[in-house]
Amino acid sequence: MAIIEARGITKTYLDGDIETPVLKGVSFSINPGEFLAIMGPSGSGKSTLLHILGFLDRHTSGAYFFDGASADSYSEDELANIRNTRIGFVFQSFNLLPRASVLENVRLPLLYSDVPEADWDGRARAAIEAVGLTHRTDYEASRLSGGEKQRAAIARALVNHPDIIFADEPTGNLDSASGKAVMEILENLNREHGHTVILITHETDTAAHAERIIHVRDGMIERDEIVTDRLTAETFTK
Amino acid sequence: MRITYTARTALRGLRSNMTRSLLTVLGIVIGITAIILIVSIGQGTERLIIGEIQGMGANTIIIRPGKEPTGPTDAADMLFADSLKTGDVEALRRKENVPDIVTIAPAVMVSGNVSYGGETYRPTIFGWDAEFMGKMMNITPREGEYFDELDIRSKASVAVIGSKVEDELFGNDSAVGKTIRIKNHAFRVVAVLPSHGQSTLFNVDEVVVIPYTTAQTYLLGINYFNEVMLQIEDAEDADAAVVDIERTLRERHNITDPEKDDFWVVTQEGIIDQIATILSVLTLFLSSVVAISLVVGGIGVMNIMLVSVTERTREIGLRKALGARNRDILLQFLTEAVLLTGAGGVVGITLGILFSILAGTIITQVLGRPWGFEFPYSAALLGLGVSAAVGLVFGIYPARKASKKSPIEALRYE
Repeated sequence: MAIIEARGITKTYLDGDIETPVLKGVSFSINPGEFLAIMGPSGSGKSTLLHILGFLDRHTSGAYFFDGASADSYSEDELANIRNTRIGFVFQSFNLLPRASVLENVRLPLLYSDVPEADWDGRARAAIEAVGLTHRTDYEASRLSGGEKQRAAIARALVNHPDIIFADEPTGNLDSASGKAVMEILENLNREHGHTVILITHETDTAAHAERIIHVRDGMIERDEIVTDRLTAETFTK
Repeated sequence: MRITYTARTALRGLRSNMTRSLLTVLGIVIGITAIILIVSIGQGTERLIIGEIQGMGANTIIIRPGKEPTGPTDAADMLFADSLKTGDVEALRRKENVPDIVTIAPAVMVSGNVSYGGETYRPTIFGWDAEFMGKMMNITPREGEYFDELDIRSKASVAVIGSKVEDELFGNDSAVGKTIRIKNHAFRVVAVLPSHGQSTLFNVDEVVVIPYTTAQTYLLGINYFNEVMLQIEDAEDADAAVVDIERTLRERHNITDPEKDDFWVVTQEGIIDQIATILSVLTLFLSSVVAISLVVGGIGVMNIMLVSVTERTREIGLRKALGARNRDILLQFLTEAVLLTGAGGVVGITLGILFSILAGTIITQVLGRPWGFEFPYSAALLGLGVSAAVGLVFGIYPARKASKKSPIEALRYE
């Protein structure tokens, strides 16, 4: 069964009396374990789509089913719980707490979870190890390089063992080497650990890591393709 | 969210803007300091005054002429009331009327100068019973001896003077045996009092005491008293004695309705109750003025919390994106506000206590009276409670505002 099913989702922003339609009815479904890229030029509505799918924003009309249940049926607290336990977010601008250490940043989602406090550090350290940042565990986030920051952010997204990882232009602020490393990690999470990864990008290279690409333009789905010549981590390292 | 982490997060938030946090909390600190100081000084004053009153002895009862004063005009009436006369004192002296009385000493006030040679001084002059005064206030003469019952009955022209009166009139010489003049009437000084300073009722150093009979006959030409003081055997019998006194005087004055009494009886307990009431009203009044400053301080806290919420909009968005519920955010900012004002409260209590001790030291120096400092537990608890409450009340609006932010709008905030 699809973990995500969108049926005719629209989003219209209201600024006073001026309506700005951003999404004009998009429908698709995503199965567990998929690695999906959403591509499109800026202003195409791809970020808005990701925010709606990740419960950071609400759609205007249409229906969104998450794990079989309509998003409209969830209360505020239930949405917070889904964001906390089922979803991990990776942002283009990292969004780390600059004065806090890597460990504290990665631990942050656990504060809002049911995980017993005794397990917090262990879980956070495991997530930090999974992204290869063990040597930076006690560094202040502001002292990390861009690539390290994004890896810390991925560790934070992982710490509650989510079903889906949403990544909003994760390589957008990184040099190509760091970007490559980040993509390797995401791909590894998808392949080795079965996380569903939904990625936004406007770089064809980055999108090529995915198994499937949805092209968005002017608030509509232009094309939904299965990637045949997939750029995998192995091909990169060769 | 676990409370230790909430507190730590809040502390981090406050520390990142140390100067601002300190300035914000200053209003709370000043308010709480003032409350502690006021309450502590109020309590100290009460202890001091009550101590002084207790100095006159719980077995002392005062009868005053006229109606019990309820306002300033009544107090003036009292001075001219002539309802207490020698016959009343004689009646009270009789055992069958008031069995508890040990001694009774009527008093009159004389206004005028006292002179010796070329020197003149204006003391407080009482026609009284010097022995009674000495016993009541526990003072023995520095030099000479008090005049006695015989002097009173024979209307002797003798005087007991305070130390300052002696200094003013005689310089370094001894006054005992010398003759001073009061209203052109010659009095022989029989005793000089030791330096004692202000008592509850008058300044002992500036007093001249002569027999009340002498004052009535030769200086004033009156047959009534301004005050009658008496002592009873046991302080526990004070209430019974008051009943006996009232009955005796009403009988003599033909009064049936207690509302029409032309005298009133004061006991030590009564005075203490009155003073305690006055002081607590005063303390309450001052405290409510300070409470206004706490409200102002609270508004400052609210203002800064609002700024903080705006500045940290992205952090709020992030926390929500990571799964923080509205109440987690609410709790975080509320904790911050309460920690801020609570810390201000603790600092305020500490400062308040320090200032109270300082004030106590100064008062001791100025008044020459021991000033007992007692830790004002009730005020400290109140201060802590009030400061935390200010944080809660003025933190709730900014915290609610923070918690209601939509995650994506908060994250996008620049």
